[in-house]
Amino acid sequence: MLPIEFYFDAAIKGLLTGSVYAMLAVGLSIIFGVMRVVNFAHGEMLVAGMFGAYLVFVTLGLDPILAIPIVALVMFLFGVVLQRGLIDRFITAPEHQQFLVLIGVALILTNGLDMIFGPDARNVQVPYAFASFEVGPFFLDNVRVYSAITALALIALLYLFFNHTLTGKAIRACADNNRGAQVVGLNVSRLYAITFGIGAACAGAAGCLLIMVIDVTPHLGADFTLLAFTIVIIGGLGSMTGALLGGLLIGVSEAMAGILIQPSLKSSFSFGLLILVLLLRPNGLLGKRSS
Amino acid sequence: MRSLFEGVPARAAWGLVCVIVLLYLAPLVFGGYVLSVLILCCYLAVLGQAWNVMMGFAGQLSLGHALYIGLGAYASGALFFHFGLGPWIGLIPAFIVAGAMGALIGWLGFRFGIRGVYFALLTIAFAEFVRILFDHWGWVGGSSGMFLPVQNRNIDMDAASIANAFWTLRGPNWVFYYVILTGMVACLVIVRLLMRTRVGYYWLAIREDQEAAQAMGINVLRYKLLAVVISAMMTAFGGVFYAFYNNTLYPESIFSIDRSIELLLGVIIGGIGTLFGPILGAFALTWLGEGLSITQEWFDIDGLKLLTYGVAMLAIILFRPAGLWPWLRRLLGMEERRPDA
Amino acid sequence: MTTDDKTLKPGGGIGRRQFTGAAIAGAATLPVLHPLRLVRAQAPVRVGVLLPRSGFLSAIGAACWRGAELAPNILSDMGLAVEVVGADTESNPDTGRTQAERLIREGVDMLVGCFDSGTTAAVAQVAEQNGMPFVINIAADPAITEQGYQYVFRNFPKAPTLVMRGLGSINNLFEVTGTTPRTTVFMHINDTFGTAMSRGIQALAPRVGVPYEFLDTISYDPQARDLSVEVSRARALNPDFLMVVTRLNDAILLVRECVRQRFDTMGIISPGSPGMYEKQFADTLGPYAEYATTSVPWFNPTSPITTELQSQFVAEFPDQTFELNPGFTFEALMICADAAQRAGSTNADDLVAALRATEIAEHPMYGGPIQFDEEGQNPNIDTVVVQIQDGNPVVTAPVDIATAEAVFPVPSWADRG
Repeated sequence: MLPIEFYFDAAIKGLLTGSVYAMLAVGLSIIFGVMRVVNFAHGEMLVAGMFGAYLVFVTLGLDPILAIPIVALVMFLFGVVLQRGLIDRFITAPEHQQFLVLIGVALILTNGLDMIFGPDARNVQVPYAFASFEVGPFFLDNVRVYSAITALALIALLYLFFNHTLTGKAIRACADNNRGAQVVGLNVSRLYAITFGIGAACAGAAGCLLIMVIDVTPHLGADFTLLAFTIVIIGGLGSMTGALLGGLLIGVSEAMAGILIQPSLKSSFSFGLLILVLLLRPNGLLGKRSS
Repeated sequence: MRSLFEGVPARAAWGLVCVIVLLYLAPLVFGGYVLSVLILCCYLAVLGQAWNVMMGFAGQLSLGHALYIGLGAYASGALFFHFGLGPWIGLIPAFIVAGAMGALIGWLGFRFGIRGVYFALLTIAFAEFVRILFDHWGWVGGSSGMFLPVQNRNIDMDAASIANAFWTLRGPNWVFYYVILTGMVACLVIVRLLMRTRVGYYWLAIREDQEAAQAMGINVLRYKLLAVVISAMMTAFGGVFYAFYNNTLYPESIFSIDRSIELLLGVIIGGIGTLFGPILGAFALTWLGEGLSITQEWFDIDGLKLLTYGVAMLAIILFRPAGLWPWLRRLLGMEERRPDA
Repeated sequence: MTTDDKTLKPGGGIGRRQFTGAAIAGAATLPVLHPLRLVRAQAPVRVGVLLPRSGFLSAIGAACWRGAELAPNILSDMGLAVEVVGADTESNPDTGRTQAERLIREGVDMLVGCFDSGTTAAVAQVAEQNGMPFVINIAADPAITEQGYQYVFRNFPKAPTLVMRGLGSINNLFEVTGTTPRTTVFMHINDTFGTAMSRGIQALAPRVGVPYEFLDTISYDPQARDLSVEVSRARALNPDFLMVVTRLNDAILLVRECVRQRFDTMGIISPGSPGMYEKQFADTLGPYAEYATTSVPWFNPTSPITTELQSQFVAEFPDQTFELNPGFTFEALMICADAAQRAGSTNADDLVAALRATEIAEHPMYGGPIQFDEEGQNPNIDTVVVQIQDGNPVVTAPVDIATAEAVFPVPSWADRG
């Protein structure tokens, strides 16, 4: 039997990792909440963000956390263009068509990155990559602490945007009542483009944080799409707080599963959790109850 | 027979018969490579047809069909591996296991009112969950895989040996080709017949408007469940075939989400909710892929193939959102007189 | 279509990489004296090389392909003619199968591949069915050569052999350095290869007779994004050394986590897995990669062919490291070329007969002469102990080919950075 501090330690590590997961999931949740489109290329956008941070690091020598504004802006523009040029035509199309479009985008992103950067793993080595804080009997590594703080700050910023700016409120109005938003004269198409841009920017920012933790290869995307999807469903599709909660929950439950059972079984834990949530609270822990 | 061809224009029926006959004659002309690609086409067409029953006809989006492939493959494979039971006997437990799993997922999903993307995620979650379980299940080899013994690769050309090859599914490629081609035709016939019965009409009613169907007195839960179970069983047939064709089973690859996605791309490209869409889509995408891999080597740029594949998919969905078959059908003047299926 | 644009022929290369390769080879190499140097063969044997050059294994596929790209010129200097035709398996067994069929249709005489066991098993069936000689460059799953195949040959150890030799060389390392740890925690990736190795270790450790006790075995998910909990679990048990079976990404995650948690042991040792000898590992971890030790099939640094291969490799791919992936791929092509020359024809059965009679004493990878037993398995491949020193993998054992002295126990993390 392991000492009790050990579980405590694992839980904190899980929370830190979970915050970065939440950053990723928030983007997916926003897109779905507003446009009712599941972004099946979300993990691929994250990977693009990771490569972006890598590129900024190599050319300008910027720390990935400081690279977030640049990468997020580029990803925002990418998202806007993608929405305007392609996805907008499929907003009202059946789900399977949206799915195919985004799978196509994912394939192009993955293999485009493969052709540009090659298949080798790339990484960013920040000066504090190996440092850690010693807190009592635990070690909390700087990278994870800094990226968790950044993720939480960014999520807070998004929260402010959606609750205290005109554009943010307008987007929420679209999400709540699409037709009503059109009736009162909101430019829904423009708001959708902004929304998709924000979602992509979230994935890009999460990529900046993640590149410090793991090395990037072009083929990581699909796993992260699934991860983000799982988190968002557990938390409640379309709810930002839900995505945050889901991220933290998955982070902690994976960490606990890692010590309670064989670690290689730990993702089955997340899927088990997902199945339970789907059955018992189909709209997620914090999702709105719909009819 | 009447209901099979009812409402089909004569030249469409003759065209279809010609294509099928030509496909049956293919092994006389083509050897290894073309045949192996044709096997892949038919295999994907079977899986696509199965998925189409669930999504195209009953309107339930599944992104976890690899689960039924894997269950079918492992059920029959393990019986062969441990007890030497052949594929056609193994088909029975494969049907049972996959059908039961489909019924379970379907029941949970429908009972708790999980729809659309939520249902899709439920199917993914089950597939992934089962994948991880198989990764840790020693009896079927866990993540280090299960190898079915391979023998009788080259058989004598007398009737008994040929019959034996078909019965044991141990033989040269053309044996597998005939099995999967016949499977594809059988699936086509079964689905066509189903669509001409009450069940088929109920499915369409549910797909178009579930509430209205319910109001008309259709037992929605029962017919949706039936669609899932039939779809799971047809997929399991594909799984059994895969186990004996490939002989190497790894949970990592057989339950992978990529496989679930691969099988439905052809259906959407070919035309969801149509009988020939899954077949056309499977053939079109597989041959497109083959053509592209040759081009890729030509240019010597790794990754070019899948990139172009993605672009082609986007192009098709942009310009033919309903899929290739409805467009081709109109082009060939082969539309049925009654606008269903 | 013609295949000229993508094939690699001795001397007359056309592809862009091939062109520079030929130029460098022409300018920089002195003729190698070699027992295999004979009269130039008439027509080159065409070998189809199947590798996962896209998809999730693409990095390793690319590494293997580098060995194949160098082969035609180097082999032609040795008087062996080979023409390489590449194909991409996309890290997918189904694609591997159709690509193998396609290569056969395009008229290759032999096949080489495929790195991962799943695809290799599928291609082995195609080869057997078509009567096409198939030489496996890398794939450790024992079942592949235990199917009674006639046309399949493997120049790579099976997982149990890998474990057996690996545990043996680790024992040896302890003896040589005079430090014997008493406890270990075994951490492994839970994929096909990792599980096979883990089973092998459980079964064979008692037979080999290891001086240390296994406190725990921790398996982790191949998609692991974070190994912090796994490492703290191992750390809580305070083992003398850490035994690992990894791939590249998780090896980096694992060591980084050990550093962060200041988890010092006598060393991190792998009984035979990728990861810790790869360039990316050393580049990423810098001082913390130092002294990571792997017992693995490796090239023989004292062989003249290796020297030649290595120098051409460095000239052609200056930012890559020569390790076992290109090494074994090259060697597989060398086996093909040698068999074709002895067979004097490209008839499949003649080639297979020649392969069975293979006896190559001088070859790049470490071990006894290349031979194939009745299963088609080369039993003579040996493992060496490789340790990262000054950012490069160096051979520290066995002594007759060692280029550096082993460091064990290793300095603590705090004494490095």
